[in-house]
Amino acid sequence: MNPAIASVGLGPYLFVSAALLVLGVFGIFLNRKNIIVLLMSMELILLSANLNLVAFSSAHGDLSGQVMVLFVLTIAAAEAAIGLAIVTVYFRNRGSIQVEDVTMMKG
Amino acid sequence: MMAQLVFYVFAAVLLLSASMVISARNPVHAVLFLILGFFNAAGLFLVAGAEFLAMLLVIVYVGAVAVLFLFVVMMLDIDFTRLREGFQRYAPLGLCIGGVLLGELVMAFSNWRMAPAGVVAPLAVDPGLTNTAALGTVIYTHYVLLFQACGLVLLVAMIGAIVLTLRGTPTGRRQNIGRQHARTREETLELVNLPLGENVFEHGGFLRPKGSYYEIAVPGSYGAGEPDKTETEEKGA
Repeated sequence: MNPAIASVGLGPYLFVSAALLVLGVFGIFLNRKNIIVLLMSMELILLSANLNLVAFSSAHGDLSGQVMVLFVLTIAAAEAAIGLAIVTVYFRNRGSIQVEDVTMMKG
Repeated sequence: MMAQLVFYVFAAVLLLSASMVISARNPVHAVLFLILGFFNAAGLFLVAGAEFLAMLLVIVYVGAVAVLFLFVVMMLDIDFTRLREGFQRYAPLGLCIGGVLLGELVMAFSNWRMAPAGVVAPLAVDPGLTNTAALGTVIYTHYVLLFQACGLVLLVAMIGAIVLTLRGTPTGRRQNIGRQHARTREETLELVNLPLGENVFEHGGFLRPKGSYYEIAVPGSYGAGEPDKTETEEKGA
């Protein structure tokens, strides 16, 4: 076990990560209409997953967790780029980013 | 003791900034709090001994993703007060679900014990290496295929974002590759012997007889100043 995380312990890390996850989920409910803040809440959720992976990787002394964080980071960056591109195109076509209006896109 | 203090400071600021992200009135402030949160998460990574990932978090998230968010928030002219409608309506539901989730997570963590060591053999890495070097030895050997797949994901995301946002602007000047390649030297280049003391403008300028950029432009793409197509055809005849 890494000496620094040994002094803090795994528990606080898991608690911070869980609190971050809950904040992200709460943010999704709170900002139902603002898709940009919705995307930011998803980034918070992914960050909590990363924090969990790093904490476990450090506690186990196994680097696999940190490699997984690298991959999650890649996916998060790709998701943010695509999501914001879609938001931009949607705004260009409709002049608003109301999430409810997106149901009009069907068909 | 020092590590504990640092951990709690970073964790407190991270959670505070995360709650500001989801409750800020102005999305620009939300993005800025998101950046603060990422910095503090990088601090937590440092405390856990993942130096490389901490720096990566700062570079990738703060340097790229958060700035991308900032660009989009400031570029789109959005009526943010309208987006705040329903904030009160959804808050109780969100609080309920968040509370249930938090309770479940706390229950899971409090009743959970780590499996005895040795159940899953950790990857053998030279303990003398720094974090970055050790990650390198793992990524480029054991996880090389996943690493390549990550590159593909990024490539697809890049192409997707460009394809989604690119639009053919009428003022965009594009080259007609076929015509460009079909041009001969005689069509494009003329050597003029200038008498002493005269310059090329007195002889009609640089673009004098030999057509112009219009000829190699995609029809309609040169914008203002482009001659009619019929006119150029007559010239050619």
